[in-house]
Amino acid sequence: MAKYLLLKHYRGAPAPANNVPMHRWTPEEVTAHIRYMQDFAARLEGTGEFVDAQALAPEGTFVRYDGEGRPPVTDGPFAETKDLIAGWMMIDVDSHERAVELAGELSAAPGADGKPIHEWIELRPFMAAPPTITE
Amino acid sequence: MNEALLRSLTPSVLGILVRRGADFAAAEDAVQDALVEAVRVWPADPPRDAKGWLVTVAWRRFLDATRADAARRRREDRVDAEAEAGPTPATDDTLQLYFLCAHPSLTPASAVALTLRAVGGLTTRQIADAYLVPEATMGQRISRAKRTVSGVRFDRPGDVATVLRVLYLVFNEGYSGDVDLSAEAIRLTRQLAAAIDHPEVAGLLALMLLHHARRATRTTPDGSLVPLAEQDRGRWDTASIAEGVGILQAALARDRLGEFQAQAAIAALHADAPTAGETDWVQIVEWYDELTRLTDSPVVRLNRAVAVGEADGPRAGLAALAALDDSLPRHTAVAAYLHERDGDLTTAARLYAEAAGRAPNLAERAHLTRQAARLNARRPH
Repeated sequence: MAKYLLLKHYRGAPAPANNVPMHRWTPEEVTAHIRYMQDFAARLEGTGEFVDAQALAPEGTFVRYDGEGRPPVTDGPFAETKDLIAGWMMIDVDSHERAVELAGELSAAPGADGKPIHEWIELRPFMAAPPTITE
Repeated sequence: MNEALLRSLTPSVLGILVRRGADFAAAEDAVQDALVEAVRVWPADPPRDAKGWLVTVAWRRFLDATRADAARRRREDRVDAEAEAGPTPATDDTLQLYFLCAHPSLTPASAVALTLRAVGGLTTRQIADAYLVPEATMGQRISRAKRTVSGVRFDRPGDVATVLRVLYLVFNEGYSGDVDLSAEAIRLTRQLAAAIDHPEVAGLLALMLLHHARRATRTTPDGSLVPLAEQDRGRWDTASIAEGVGILQAALARDRLGEFQAQAAIAALHADAPTAGETDWVQIVEWYDELTRLTDSPVVRLNRAVAVGEADGPRAGLAALAALDDSLPRHTAVAAYLHERDGDLTTAARLYAEAAGRAPNLAERAHLTRQAARLNARRPH
């Protein structure tokens, strides 16, 4: 089993095919989208592949140590070129292929007119502990 | 094994040990040992006096632990002598625990954790689950809290306001995992109300009961928010409302108004209205005026602007809102609502979308996005 992070982006990812902002959908389309995500997570719990999922607020701040006695330097709010994570889901799956398959499914969440958003999902493998030598 | 009985006895047993002079952390360990022993022994050999049994075993454990440390022997002799001072009412001991667990030297997070552990009798795992942190993290938080208060003596009453703040924090955490913190907060506040005669304790208990009565109708099964005006009032818990209103009226009759009583009065006016349209908004605005005098909190002023919008029309609400800092949480959502009521749907839709971007949780974000979607869906994309 290997852990992967599926990342949704507020911005920074390539534009999806069905690129209509959520507040331009109908309330029913919003509800259908949310239900798709909930069902997706519930199904992965059922298959034993779900680890955790959290949404992140749109605002973020970069902070950097800038020497003893100096205030930390920040450059938030985000500049327009910067990538911004909206939320993540952690999965624990048998193969990279399975992780790609699930990221594809998540990207198919319905949006405006009930059609898939084709949202870009970033898939990041976790660094694993070195394997135990058994031989 | 009756877990509820054990949990209800835990705070008074702990209180008795601490009153006898046991160090808080050591007393807590001793009581936990006694509880484990009870779970082991009681099924086969139930005690006649459960509390007496626990006190005896816990005190013996405490003495054993204390004897193990030579440096503690002298203190043990001293507190042993103090123990002969005579009986004190159990409720009194529990009350002391409330004050200790909400001691001003603790951070709010530590005070909450310690209260749930010592007064509520929850396990570290249950508290960790409720706050979605690892058990080890919560264990450390509780240990640090115990160390912080371990030197504090039980000789004078603490600040009731601090205790109430801690209980309200617990209540507002609501429900997650297998522990319902709202129900737990109500249970603890009931216990506190039985031990202490204070109008604000009654005010907080009334407020919790009135909010709790509406809880089942505040969200749909899939977690979507249902605004007050759209809630199914037939499903409100009338017994809880009646109890809350009764407690509130008795408290108000004593003429020592505080912010919890004023908040409970507002909740009671909502609970009283047979339909949303029949809500007595004029009286609610008057209570918000009282509340503003008592707290002068920006959040109260924001809520007051909503009430003014209902009592005197959306324009009056927007005027009240204009006096407030627009960086306040939910300021944009309130502005969106008032603009919609005023008929300016374009502005309302824009503000709902903006408010969704600032929402502090997913349920609110989804709700505000749907509001924007509802107004935008009237026009073609």
